[in-house]
Parts: sequence; structure tokens; C-alpha cells
Amino acid sequence: MEILIQQLINGIALGSIYALIALGYTMVYGIIQLINFAHGDIYMVGAFVAFFLISIFHLPFFAALIIAMLACSLLGVIIERVAYKPLRNQNRLTALITAIGVSFFLEYTMMYFVKPDPRAFPASFKLHNITIGNVVISSKDILILIISFTLMLILTYIVNRTKTGKSMRAVSFDKDAAQLMGIDVNKTISATFAIGSSLAAAAGVLVGMYYGQIDPLMGIMPGLKAFIAAVIGGIGIIPGAAFGGLILGVTEALVSGAGYSMLRDAVAFVVLILILIIKPTGILGKNIREKV
Amino acid sequence: MLKLDNINVYYGSIHALKGISIEVNQGEIVTLIGANGAGKTSILKSISGLIAPKSGEITFEGKTITGVPAQSIVKMGICHVPEGRRIFANMSVFENLELGAFLVNDKAVVKQRLEHVFQRFPRLAERKNQNAGTLSGGEQQMLAMGRALMGQPKILLLDEPSMGLAPILVQEIFEIIKEINEAGTTILVVEQNAHQALSIAQKAYVLETGKIVLSGTAEEVASSEDVKKAYLGG
Ligand SMILES: Nc1ncnc2c1ncn2[C@@H]1O[C@H](COP(=O)(O)OP(=O)(O)O)[C@@H](O)[C@H]1O
Ligand SMILES: [Mg+2]
Repeated sequence: MEILIQQLINGIALGSIYALIALGYTMVYGIIQLINFAHGDIYMVGAFVAFFLISIFHLPFFAALIIAMLACSLLGVIIERVAYKPLRNQNRLTALITAIGVSFFLEYTMMYFVKPDPRAFPASFKLHNITIGNVVISSKDILILIISFTLMLILTYIVNRTKTGKSMRAVSFDKDAAQLMGIDVNKTISATFAIGSSLAAAAGVLVGMYYGQIDPLMGIMPGLKAFIAAVIGGIGIIPGAAFGGLILGVTEALVSGAGYSMLRDAVAFVVLILILIIKPTGILGKNIREKV
Repeated sequence: MLKLDNINVYYGSIHALKGISIEVNQGEIVTLIGANGAGKTSILKSISGLIAPKSGEITFEGKTITGVPAQSIVKMGICHVPEGRRIFANMSVFENLELGAFLVNDKAVVKQRLEHVFQRFPRLAERKNQNAGTLSGGEQQMLAMGRALMGQPKILLLDEPSMGLAPILVQEIFEIIKEINEAGTTILVVEQNAHQALSIAQKAYVLETGKIVLSGTAEEVASSEDVKKAYLGG
């Protein structure tokens, strides 16, 4: 029982990391129907920015987290402007291939500068373990949970209450109609990339802190998993991404906990295939949206 | 007030608008009638900036607006109710209306306009919190018009407001269009339903395959034999 609770907590922590990354995937897909395969690499860049800020400039963890988020939101905006915007009216495959190109570009540029070897992410604060009965919860788990849930709450607020959020929803639904309201579609797409990338950066920093190790290819697997999470929840649907991330994280943790940690990655794909068979539009997905 | 001068629009190799010139004066209701595919929607989209004409000039209140992005054209006081309503079906009626006043930052002004729109369309007020996608066709048309009125336009562009509506509702919608005009908003309405449109308009243009083939006062156009045959069923 204790082990189960323990695994559940790990799963939720891992799942909220997936959720943070998945949110960016799903938001970008919702607004320009692009599967941004470079998104996982933004997560990696976020981790490295924080790594340098902490180890070279000795910034405190939270300052490094926030600066990494800001830096990556800028990076996300630049990538969209330079790589995706010129292709907006081309077919989707062109943009998809470009996204893969951007992904390689980020991975190997980073590798050129930092070398391919893993780096130790500096431990930036003391660890406490909280013990309840036989369940040990590390302060790292708690920190991940607090930060990721706070970020998701802020996102919910932005999407539902602010003008930026409303324009994001309007543009996702109907670009022309949104323009007729006076909404600037380019600005809205930039805002979407900025927000999505900053969430990915936060996830990268949290993972660096959690596992204590980062490398230039660290974004590939979590990026893929987060993409799966977004599809599980229903791509383009914001609560779906959070939901899908948590489901995936918990499933993986339970599978590892049951002693099959070798199958951990495979499980993600099994879950994906099951969802695609049972409900192709994802758990929270509606049936195909009809345009009048 | 609004003037199109020799507008040409292409979709790839399709020459959709071939030298269109029309003029709308302050306070008028002007209608553009034509069959499906004649180019009516393309004219409205050119005005509101959703598509860029290849050549020609559009001026509004003396200023050239060709090539100006759509969101800036809204700001000048041109609001476009698109064909097929294009309401945000994933949002509530209230949120749709709120988006209509997207460029207004003063909350008090938004509230005031909202009351105004609810006065004109009491049915929207009743369904304020309802998801816009669940409205009936007539209600969706009202929402689309109410949403455009939230921008307090100087000129309202209406693309086939009667499309797909029962005759009684068509009557109601045209009644409302007349009222909006009487309250001071200039109107350019595009229709296949020539009869209704001609009955409320002062001026009319007839469009055929991208060209204006006839223009004049609404009475003149309505009494033309060709128009009678082609659009008025006899
Ligand atoms: N996006 C588009 N791509 C290609 N052709 C188009 C497009 N929109 C309209 N057309 C063509 O332009 C012509 C005029 O269309 P439109 O302005 O929609 O006419 P109407 O509103 O009078 O039905 C039609 O022949 C139509 O097929
Ligand atoms: Mg049309």
C-alpha cells in the first residue's frame, strides 16, 4: 500500500512535467494545427539556461526558473517568426518537416556549445523528506507539484479571463472571424508560442532539479511523451493536455512500481494506441468540429 | 463614405472580381445582389481586409484602406458580419459579444454597448450564458449581428443575413437591419434574396460573375426586366 501511494506521488510529479510540456504542444496545435516537434527541445534549452544561471551566476533556483521561462518564451516567438510563419499557408507536411529541422538545429547547436555529455544540474537547495507513515515524500516531488499546478492555474486564468487568452481561443476557433473582431492573429500566435515555450522551459528546469542531470538530447523522449499526452487528452484541448500528462505519468509510475520499469516507455505507446482505438479524438476530445 | 474603385481579385488563376466599382454614402442601405459564386463575398472580404485585391483602390472616409490589415479596418468603424455567421460556437453568447468589442478597453463602454445590443436582441439577453453553438440559425444570425454592433460600426457589412432562415425570420432580420440603419449606421448588405434586400435598400448593384452588370436606385433595379427574371422569380 505504501509503495502504491509512493508510486502514485512519483507518477503525479512526473505526470505534471508531461502536462507542462503537453500544454505547449496542444496550444500550438490548437492555433496553427502544427505539431511542433521542436517543443521538447525548448524544454532542454530551458534546463540549460537555468543550469548556467545557477552554476555560473549563482542565481537562486526561482530566479533561474523565471529567467529560463522568459528566455524560452522569447526563443519560441523567434522560432515561430523565422521558421513557421513563412510557411503558414503551405501544406501541413512542410511545416511539420520544418519543425523536425528546428528540433535538430536546437539539439545540435546546443551540443556544439556544451558538448554531448550530461551535466550535473546543481542542487540548489537542501532536500527534506517528509515521512507520513511509511510513505516518504521528497521535497523535490512537492516542489514539482506546487510549481506545475501553480503554472497551470495561471494558464487557466490567462486563457479564460484575459484578452490574450480570449484572443487565443477565438483565433484557434476561427482565424478570419477573430480578425473581424479586431484581433491581431500574428500577435496572438506569438503569445501562444511564448506561453507554451515558457511552460516547457519550466518543465525542463524542474526535471533538471529532479534528476540532477541534463544533456542536449534530454528533450526527445519527454517531448514525445508529452505529445502522446496531448493526443491522449485530445489535441488542441487545453485541459486535455494536463489530464493526459497526469494519466501518462501515473501509468508509467505504476508500471515501474510493479517491477516492469523496462516497459515504462512502451506503456506510453500502448496507452496511446488504446486511446486512438477507443476514442480517436482523445479523452476530452469532441467529435470533429464542424465548420459552417 | 465607402468607395471601391476598379477592384480586381484573383484566387490563384480564378479572376473573381473584375474591375468592381461601387459607392456607399453615409446613412444609406446599399445592397449587392447576385447568384451564388458571383463574387459578393469577395467584395465584402476585400473591404474588411480579409483578402487583398490585386489592383484597385478602396477608400473609407477619404482614406485608402486597401492593404490595411483586417484588425485595423475594424478599428476604423467597418464591421463585417460574415457569410454563415461564423460565431464562436465554443464560447457563450456573452463571450461572443464581448469579443465584438475586443478593441474597447473601457469596461463601462463595453457594458453600455452590451445593454444596447440586448435591447435590440432580447433573445440574446435570455441566452446570455448559453453556448453559442446551441443557438438556432436565426439566433446565431442575431448574435453575429449583435457581435458586430459591439464594435459600434460606422458601416455594417452583412453577407447573406437571410441564408438558411425561415421566411418569418428573414422578415424579422430585415426589419432589424432597417432599424439599425435608422439608428444611424450605414449598411452594405449582400444577398441572394433580392426581393427582401431591394425592399429595404436605397441603392442596388447587380453582380454577375465578378462584374457589376446593373446599378441604380433600388426601385430602378427592382423594375428591370432582367432582374425580375433572374432574381425576383418572374
Ligand atoms: N478561397 C477561394 N479559393 C478559390 N476560389 C474562390 C475562393 N473564394 C471564392 N472563390 C471563387 O470566387 C468566385 C466568387 O466567390 P464568392 O465571392 O464567394 O461569391 P458569392 O459570395 O457571390 O457566392 C467563385 O467562383 C468562387 O468559386
Ligand atoms: Mg458568398
